[in-house]
Amino acid sequence: MFEPVVANLITSAARMVTGARSLWLGCAPTPVQRIYFANHSSHGDFVLLWASLPPALRKLTRPVAGSDYWQTSPVRRYIINRVFNGVLVDRERKDPAYNPLQPMLDALENGDSLIIFPEGTRNPEEGLLPFKSGIYHLMKNHPEVEVIPVWIANLNRVMPKGRVLPLPLLCTTSFGAPLCIEEGESKEQFLERSRAALLALAPEHV
Amino acid sequence: MDRYTLMLFGGIGAILVLASLIGFILRLRTKGAPNSVIDNLNARINAWWIMVLVIGVAFWLGNAAVILLFYAVSFYALREFLTLTPTRRSDYPALVAAFYLALPLQYLLIYYDWYGLFSIFIPVYVFLLLPILASLGGDSTHFLERASKVQWGLMIAVFCISFVPALLTLDIAGFEGRNLLLIAYLVIVVQLSDVLQYVCGKLFGKHKIAPNLSPSKTVEGFVGGIFLASLIGGALWWITPFNPWQSFLIALLINLLGFAGGIVMSAIKRDRGVKDWGHMIEGHGGMLDRLDSVCFAAPIFFHLVRYWWT
Repeated sequence: MFEPVVANLITSAARMVTGARSLWLGCAPTPVQRIYFANHSSHGDFVLLWASLPPALRKLTRPVAGSDYWQTSPVRRYIINRVFNGVLVDRERKDPAYNPLQPMLDALENGDSLIIFPEGTRNPEEGLLPFKSGIYHLMKNHPEVEVIPVWIANLNRVMPKGRVLPLPLLCTTSFGAPLCIEEGESKEQFLERSRAALLALAPEHV
Repeated sequence: MDRYTLMLFGGIGAILVLASLIGFILRLRTKGAPNSVIDNLNARINAWWIMVLVIGVAFWLGNAAVILLFYAVSFYALREFLTLTPTRRSDYPALVAAFYLALPLQYLLIYYDWYGLFSIFIPVYVFLLLPILASLGGDSTHFLERASKVQWGLMIAVFCISFVPALLTLDIAGFEGRNLLLIAYLVIVVQLSDVLQYVCGKLFGKHKIAPNLSPSKTVEGFVGGIFLASLIGGALWWITPFNPWQSFLIALLINLLGFAGGIVMSAIKRDRGVKDWGHMIEGHGGMLDRLDSVCFAAPIFFHLVRYWWT
């Protein structure tokens, strides 16, 4: 029963610290089923992306997170499961017979939107790591879902890896145009193209 | 509030009513067709109402509220500045010190009226502390550049802006209890100069004065705006400890400084590839877009008054 309150507190804090400015450059904030894929530099990424969505869209949108990090303490478990209704995935593949994408496929089947980080892990440097192939398989299975690149700018400066106190710098989330897999496009080609589409949203560094 | 302050705010209110009326008539004349200049003008006028209201409430609440207000102004300005000037991961301790130590301490020192320290705290102590903190990360890449950015941000957004509320600490013979009016004088004259430069530029502007640094500024706007705002500054002598001539000359000086501030801050924006520092004030841009002129005028105005009138 307290979950909406906690969610509100967390998103309000995120918006206050970062200014959370959303730029809908390639699509509109409409309640259609989507996969938002973003750059990953901080544990706050999905919180900020989630907070940047209008409240009506937040209800439909679930962050995908690694169970190895989020299952390790009661507070983390409470936040990811109860507050954010996250989809937990097994990044270490303990059981080789089990498809690690299954929880995401179930969520899409269920009509939920997802927030994913195709780099697979936090990237402390500028730019983007190579993408994992999960995004490609999700799209193959659900071609009806809109896939939107989202660049989260500056959050790595607000909360650098390993620091506790956030710096109140301004963050912008830029939402790009939906992508789809083209005729005859290979997995590698698509992953490279989606990575380029995300990078194109990043503000230029001088 | 005393009689002078009420008269002043009454006058500002009347000007804003007139401005809103002009904006409304211009809007009617376009017959609903979108016009970016007029829409921006109306957004600016509406933002002015809110800014005047906020300052008015702070004046009504008294000195502590005014200091608190400029603390918030500095915070927003510093955040805009440091957002646009990239630093590296090892600058984290220096940035923490900037936001959570230098900024509050500077305003605390002003609140406690400790002139000897607030006038050198950021230029001396913080100036030495920041590079020490930055060096702890052991990262030499662009070291001087990074250290300069944080120091510059603090000088402009905190040190310079804090000299507006610092005017409250001056003891001027025969002017006791009226120091808030000095703040009003500084802010009104410098902001009016910005507005009149914009108006003169839009009406008569032909020759660009610094096309590479600030493409919207024109010679006509510069001359007309600064002259008119200085005349108004002279006419406001009754709220200051100055005589009309002194008031005109001081207004001229702070308007020239304000203009230079606008050019300098615009050069930084262009170099960073942006048009505005931020987006918090509808029609104006960010806090620093509205305050770039005040940043440059405030410390000099403070020391001028302190040297000759106290």
